Amino acid sequence: MSEPAPTAAVPAAPGGGAATVDASPAKAIDVRDLNLFYGAFHAVKDVTMRIEPNAVTALIGSSGCGKSTFLRSLNRMHELVPGGRVEGSVRLDGEDVYGPDVDPVSVRRQIGMVFQAPNPFPTMSIYDNVAAGLKLTRRRRDRADLDEIVERSLRRAHLWDEVKDRLDEPGIGLSGGQQQRLCIARTIAVEPEVVLMDEPASALDPISTLAIEDLMVELKARYTIVIVTHNMQQAGRASDYTAFFNISGVGEPGTLVEFDTTEKIFSNPSEPATEDYVSGRFG
Amino acid sequence: MSTLDVMRPSLPSWGPWAPPAAALALAVALAIATDIAAGVLLVGAVVAAAAVVYAWSRVVEGGRRAVDRLVTVLVSSAFALAVIPLVSLLWTVIAKGSERFDWTFFSETGRNVVGAGGGAWHAIVGTLVITGLATAASVPIGIMAAIYLQEYGQGRLKRWLTFFVDVMTGIPSIVAGLFAFALFAIFFGPGVRMGAMGAVALSVLMIPIVVRSTEEMLKVVPDGLREASYALGVPKWRTVVSVVLPTALAGIVTGVMVAVARVVGETAPLLITTGTITSLNANPLSGRMEPLPVYAYSQYKHPGVPPEPYFARAWAAALTLIVIVMALNLVARLIHRRFGTEVRG
Repeated sequence: MSEPAPTAAVPAAPGGGAATVDASPAKAIDVRDLNLFYGAFHAVKDVTMRIEPNAVTALIGSSGCGKSTFLRSLNRMHELVPGGRVEGSVRLDGEDVYGPDVDPVSVRRQIGMVFQAPNPFPTMSIYDNVAAGLKLTRRRRDRADLDEIVERSLRRAHLWDEVKDRLDEPGIGLSGGQQQRLCIARTIAVEPEVVLMDEPASALDPISTLAIEDLMVELKARYTIVIVTHNMQQAGRASDYTAFFNISGVGEPGTLVEFDTTEKIFSNPSEPATEDYVSGRFG
Repeated sequence: MSTLDVMRPSLPSWGPWAPPAAALALAVALAIATDIAAGVLLVGAVVAAAAVVYAWSRVVEGGRRAVDRLVTVLVSSAFALAVIPLVSLLWTVIAKGSERFDWTFFSETGRNVVGAGGGAWHAIVGTLVITGLATAASVPIGIMAAIYLQEYGQGRLKRWLTFFVDVMTGIPSIVAGLFAFALFAIFFGPGVRMGAMGAVALSVLMIPIVVRSTEEMLKVVPDGLREASYALGVPKWRTVVSVVLPTALAGIVTGVMVAVARVVGETAPLLITTGTITSLNANPLSGRMEPLPVYAYSQYKHPGVPPEPYFARAWAAALTLIVIVMALNLVARLIHRRFGTEVRG
């Protein structure tokens, strides 16, 4: 089973509709005047951007420029860090993620996340890892239903054929690349509307990296994907939009320098700093 | 020509063993022949062996490997020095305790026993009931306190609580006994003795150990697992119950076993709180009980005439305690092997 590959061309400019694929749960994210703090430290300053549904948006920039902090603010993981604080608004299809009545837990049910280091739950089998999101959030289902979701998620993450005969074995027995795909299966098993990926391939070999990039291209048919990466080729290959973050100096907040289609960022960026960075003359 | 000393000469394989063996043999011979103290001879033998190994190796192999051999001798000696008292203690307890380590000892009480015979069944029951009660009270309190400190606590309150837990870890056991005694005296009047009071005293000693060990195990659980759980939309309490605790389970169980082993041999607080008795009392809420350490103490402290059967029972009680502690350790190891998870960063 494979999802239909997206055939529609990348929209030329931000503002496209959400429903390019039927029954797709993907939602757009509108970020406005977002400022992020760790205690007194101003980590990210004045970010405004629109993240398109059914597209891959890559966040690039040198280390410490706030990409990961920005990513983690999208599903309210930033505030889990002691002293983490947010100003501004993040709207998921118009709904304010930071609204006063919004439960961060329900936000995270709609915006899933894949981390830099593969982190399957060590006490759980491969099956239970994939089913963890559904089991632990008490969205109870009968066994057959759960079986189907686990199989579908593992197939979407291109892991099913490798693990279908050993679903009861512990998830940490898999190789690094397989573990990361297991984590992706775990994330998409709860059917989020957005999937955030924080350097998902930085600890993987080139083959697993390619598998995960192919996977992103397939997944965007159903989800909105935001990925932080240090790998220019990866951003160029797999993303539709690219946001370049930068800092003006040590201790200064990170800012969004330029946000555009990936094609534009990599061929004809408006800002000289972006051109320096993507061409390797910088950072 | 190679710059590596491929053909460098080295001591024969028996080389590092011969001088210590010779020195020990000489020390034994001197101990038999003269009346020099055994300790002096032992230290002398170690120093002499180290000197000979170093000098020999330096001549044959050169300075660097000589230092290596010297340090090996010193570290091995230190290890032996640490193990000798343990082996000696185990040997003494087994040798003297096996005399009365028989069926009567485990089936009969000390009721109406004068002289030889009798057993410690009442004391074994006492130890199991009191330690069991203390564990049942301490483990939930300790684990939940550790969860608070590690997963929820913040700022000044957490720092103070951690400080007090540390202080409680070092509390002298007699103080715990006096605390329990004073507490029960408020409700039951002075001079009261009961097993539950002993369990309270042991809990005071156990809780900080359980808190500390559980906290350490929770710290080892990588934050990545908590974040992975949060990112799935799992609430915090559910993350703690279903992800963090299972990951740390084997270590927590080991910590609990260590805490039990630590208090199962407590004597002083139980002497105050449970008193001594020679007949069986399995009800911790009424009357005196006599746990094994107290039994050993009273047999040794107040022997009859002749005293030998009393001393033999005291040693057998000590051996029983060691067996219980070893059994607990084995259980902890089995649990660790069965449920232990490989936790990575």
